[in-house]
Amino acid sequence: MIGELSLAVAAAVLLGYVLVCTLRLAIGPTPADRAVALDTINTLVVAIMVLLGAALNLMIIMDVALVYALLSFVGTLYVARYLQEGLR
Amino acid sequence: MNILMYVFLAVGAVFNGLGAVALHRFPDVYTRLHGATKCTTFGSIFSILAVVVYGAARGGSVGTSMVIRAVLALVFLLLTNPTGSHALARAAHRAGIKPFRAVVDRLEEVGK
Amino acid sequence: MVRPGPCQSNLPWNRGLWGLICLDELKSVYWAPVRRVAELAATFALVFVVYLILTAFSGEIGLWSREELIGGAVVSILVALASFRLLWERGGWRLLNPLRWVMFLVYLVGPFLLAMAKANLDVAYRVITGRINPGIVRFNPGLKTDAGRTLLANSITLTPGTLTLDVDDETGDFYVHWINVRQVDPKPEDVCGVFPHWVKVVAE
Repeated sequence: MIGELSLAVAAAVLLGYVLVCTLRLAIGPTPADRAVALDTINTLVVAIMVLLGAALNLMIIMDVALVYALLSFVGTLYVARYLQEGLR
Repeated sequence: MNILMYVFLAVGAVFNGLGAVALHRFPDVYTRLHGATKCTTFGSIFSILAVVVYGAARGGSVGTSMVIRAVLALVFLLLTNPTGSHALARAAHRAGIKPFRAVVDRLEEVGK
Repeated sequence: MVRPGPCQSNLPWNRGLWGLICLDELKSVYWAPVRRVAELAATFALVFVVYLILTAFSGEIGLWSREELIGGAVVSILVALASFRLLWERGGWRLLNPLRWVMFLVYLVGPFLLAMAKANLDVAYRVITGRINPGIVRFNPGLKTDAGRTLLANSITLTPGTLTLDVDDETGDFYVHWINVRQVDPKPEDVCGVFPHWVKVVAE
């Protein structure tokens, strides 16, 4: 019981960090800064999903975390490509 | 077993926080990528390892499938995170963003 | 550009029995269909094993239900058909050797984890003091294969003070953003220590 609670608390702490990164996402002077912030948020969200899946005992959230990890990677690659050559 | 999980959770929280703070402390894209990539990868690995410990302590089919998914998520993060940051850094350089106060820029000299 | 023959390196596991199994040797036209089928089968096996690991504890046949087995087989054959050409180019067969996996795990929990912990403390130090001296340097670790270059680039990104920016496909030059430049023209050892040697053992 206390184990689940500590996992949930850790997930909440990581959620706080996501808010800190969102600040950089909002103010970042260049598009590249925003992309970096988004990449960081993606990593944190995967960790949050895994922690919550264990805390709430929902295996489906962990499956979503796996898919999210791979799709966010593809998304980062496309953002990088867009930064490099613009919309073509 | 429980102690180990708390230690992993604490280490993960500390280093993830370091990554989030590094986004605001560093002056340009490349140094921010340094902090964000290293710290969030390391921190997330420890957060996920805490789930691995939790699932292993719990045992049974639910605990084991928890461990399997957590380990797979860890492998994906370890593979995709540095690759993604490398793609972002290269794209930023090709888009013409100069590194802050660089002493040397060999990539600029090659002219690509 | 000339790449070295896949099974000609001096590492012990490239000799002997593994040298016979290694399908990179089957270059001639007569062996091409055999090679193609073997590549397809190996890709299918890899994908199917990952699927089985992911869906363990779903039913009664072994650990799996009948639906998962059939669906997994169909999905795996589709993925294998789509991707087997990409996977085994430029010496991909060498990565199937179990000895390399052992060396990879040793590398991962040994020097790599240590360097990664050091990297995080380094970032913590720089976050607190704000002391940086950045620059982009170039060096050539002398790696030939795609797998080796990828492994070294990712290792460099996760270890103290360095971030891979670009890798020259032709010459194998690495362009690295170094947060604390000590030399303008460094040797590979100055930037990433013992990593190139480990990467040669694991992936080349």
